[in-house]
Amino acid sequence: MSDIAVRCKGLVKTFAEAGALNGLSLDVKKGQILALIGPSGCGKTTLLRLITGVSKPDSGSVEVGGKVMVSAEVFVPPENRRVGMVFQNYALFPHLTVAANVAYGLHGTNRDDQVNAMLQLVSLSGYADRMPHELSGGEQQRVALARAMGPRPDVLLLDEPFSNLDSGQRVHVRNQVRAILRMSGTTAIFVTHHQEEALFMGDRIAVQHQGCVEQVGTPGDVFGNPATRFVATFMGETDLIPGEVTNEGVQTEIGLLQSTNPVKVGDQVEVAVRADDVRITPDPTSGAIVLTREYRGMVNVYRVRLPSGRFIHSLQRHTVRIAPATPVRVVIDPGHELACFINSD
Amino acid sequence: MDYLAKKRLVSSFFQNTNPWKVMVWLMGALVAFILLLPTIYLLLRAVEAGDAVWNILFSARTARVLLRTVYLAASVTLASALVAVPIAWLTVRTDLPMRRVCAILTTLPLVVPSYVGAYLFISVLGPRGILQQWLEPLGVQQLPKLYGFPGAFLVLTLLSYPYILTSTRASLMRMNPALEEASRNLGNGPWSTFWRVTLPQLRPGLAAGGLLVTLYVLRDFGAVSVMRYSTFTRVLYIQYQSSFDRTGAAVLALVLILLTVFVLLIEIRTRGRASYYGGHVGAIGRPIQVQLGYWRWPSLLLCASVVILSLVLPASILLYWFLRSLKLSIAFPSLWTAAWNSVFASGLASAISLLAAIPVALLSVRQMGWMALFLERVSYSAFALPGMVVALAMVFFGANYANPIYQTLYLLLLGYLIMFLPQALGALRTSLLQIAPSIEQAARTLGKGPVNVFRTITVPVAWPGIAAGIGIVFLTAMKELPITLILGPLGFNTLATSVWSAVEEAMFGAAAAPALLLILLSSVPMALLILRERV
Repeated sequence: MSDIAVRCKGLVKTFAEAGALNGLSLDVKKGQILALIGPSGCGKTTLLRLITGVSKPDSGSVEVGGKVMVSAEVFVPPENRRVGMVFQNYALFPHLTVAANVAYGLHGTNRDDQVNAMLQLVSLSGYADRMPHELSGGEQQRVALARAMGPRPDVLLLDEPFSNLDSGQRVHVRNQVRAILRMSGTTAIFVTHHQEEALFMGDRIAVQHQGCVEQVGTPGDVFGNPATRFVATFMGETDLIPGEVTNEGVQTEIGLLQSTNPVKVGDQVEVAVRADDVRITPDPTSGAIVLTREYRGMVNVYRVRLPSGRFIHSLQRHTVRIAPATPVRVVIDPGHELACFINSD
Repeated sequence: MDYLAKKRLVSSFFQNTNPWKVMVWLMGALVAFILLLPTIYLLLRAVEAGDAVWNILFSARTARVLLRTVYLAASVTLASALVAVPIAWLTVRTDLPMRRVCAILTTLPLVVPSYVGAYLFISVLGPRGILQQWLEPLGVQQLPKLYGFPGAFLVLTLLSYPYILTSTRASLMRMNPALEEASRNLGNGPWSTFWRVTLPQLRPGLAAGGLLVTLYVLRDFGAVSVMRYSTFTRVLYIQYQSSFDRTGAAVLALVLILLTVFVLLIEIRTRGRASYYGGHVGAIGRPIQVQLGYWRWPSLLLCASVVILSLVLPASILLYWFLRSLKLSIAFPSLWTAAWNSVFASGLASAISLLAAIPVALLSVRQMGWMALFLERVSYSAFALPGMVVALAMVFFGANYANPIYQTLYLLLLGYLIMFLPQALGALRTSLLQIAPSIEQAARTLGKGPVNVFRTITVPVAWPGIAAGIGIVFLTAMKELPITLILGPLGFNTLATSVWSAVEEAMFGAAAAPALLLILLSSVPMALLILRERV
């Protein structure tokens, strides 16, 4: 299997605090960017630490570039792994210039040329003699990237690399980083807890929850066909509406819904409904009532109480204005099938 | 990231480098043993004596010494606070004329060793001192008695108030001015605001500085000896010189250790709280500057008189003696030997303290578990050992169990190591803790092994803090008296012991040159610190 750059098998790491791994397995293909997303405390950083080798798993194995890095018998120390890392706080060496930072991991006689090439790649050619504290956050970020990519690692890990940037810089820098990774064909694992960032950056997305990967797939796959209830609620604003499976579809209090997942007639299920699939129109005879309107600029998000007492959210263009306490008719109009999950209660 | 997570993150530093790890642990254990040596020795001595210990412990003499020591420490601390708090407030929060100059000058007495200060005061105000000689034609036969409590109190207060001054100034500068503005806004006048808001905020800083002064007095040997006030350190020295009553000395030394530990424990507790108080949210605005108005000149007079008493006066007396000694052409070759010995011994002392601190600092910063914690605690516990106690324990130990190094430079260095390791460790630990663990991890992922990373990343980044630490140890060692006096080889004269022996024989002129040199050398880094702080 030569096209696998990183393979994690059954990784277990126990901690008293949050961040444990419970038998996590994950493959990353060569040249791909894998966005690893999950709530804080789900063990994303722990996983990166096991891959870089600054921490050892209790059991399980990690392979990088087809070689076993850690298993029950083997342990390769971090410096021999060919795994690059961009840290959340960049971790630039404060006593070295930009050029010396980038040169730190490089060898050979043409080090200067390599440094120049790397700085050119991240568009920082004129900054070689600056000290890290003289750079902006985005520039530091790119130095960290150049430094980590310099030794041509088999895989590059990025730990929430944009979380220290303000929102304006963030979009700009992440475009740059994505372009750099693409251009150089680098295999990367990119950790974030921002859904939008993951969808933008990742060729594939892995959703991690409580120390396990719950779903891996293309952004469209993970967003459109969530495999678990957690993935459905974590990716996008999703309400779970209970219903019963009939021959025509899933019968719920807001009508008949079509579902993708294989279910049998008679099953009690919950259907994942996103706010953008929900239409509401004022209707004095309806039992559903608008509770609040959250103004978000381009759109309004309405919180609606259904006759059963459950809540559902509806996303409307900012021109649609419905006052709180207005009775509304709720129509689900997805234009596609919805994910649903067997109700275990 | 919380503390535990951080420890976990860095604990991996050694994870895969076993031979190094073992070596570091062994070195750490050796250091811990050396540091515990004086206390173990004293305890053994005491236990050996059996019931006699209790007789000494509960004797009226022990009680008197204890009472004197506590009385002196308490009085000096209180007086220092009374001097320091007004000056701190005036130099930070008001439009006092020349407040920058005042702020710098009032911190300078710290560079004067207590035995030098005591000697200068006794040479002026003591019996047959300069002042009396001046006043004699006017018919003054006797000055108020300076020897004993008054002299010790005066000298120690004038030399140690800067501890409270600096900590109080720091608290004042760190304080969130919005608190005072809020108080004024809620209808309190300036005085009421000072008492109800400002002073309570200063309390932790004040306590921290005050405890430093208390510790200074408890450990002091020079001033109380020159002033002949029999606190623990002086009694211990007299016992060492005269009777070699080891059990008695051991018991008194242990009592002094207990007293110091007690004060240290309070100090540690308040330090924790001080940082808690210090924290505040939001941007720090510009503090209100109080307009002194007509009070400007009386306020300046207060600062000036403190500066004159604690700095100008001692300096001019020293200069006077120095010029006189020049005229009398007192032999200088011995001065240069003493200066060289001082620099040599202090240089070695700072080097070995730093080397010994490295394994302990690495273990306590990078490793978890009770062993590392124990090691760290042991190292800091050496703070509780006054120099006189270390000197005494080591001289007895050397004479009995380590004859080959008795009366050699090695025993002296061992004493210095015990004395100065906590300081070196403090500096090292702080510098190491300031390095984000991810920086070392980044270096590892770039293909460098742990030793290489330590050499190319850890040491260079931590270097400024480490250098400052070495500098401070060097200076403290230069001024150190009891250990040098008792553990130094026969005929090994340093600047400190030259001053001491001249003063002991009331040859004030002969003490001037070494004292002046000592103060000048100590002032260099102090000046650097002040310049860097940009008061």
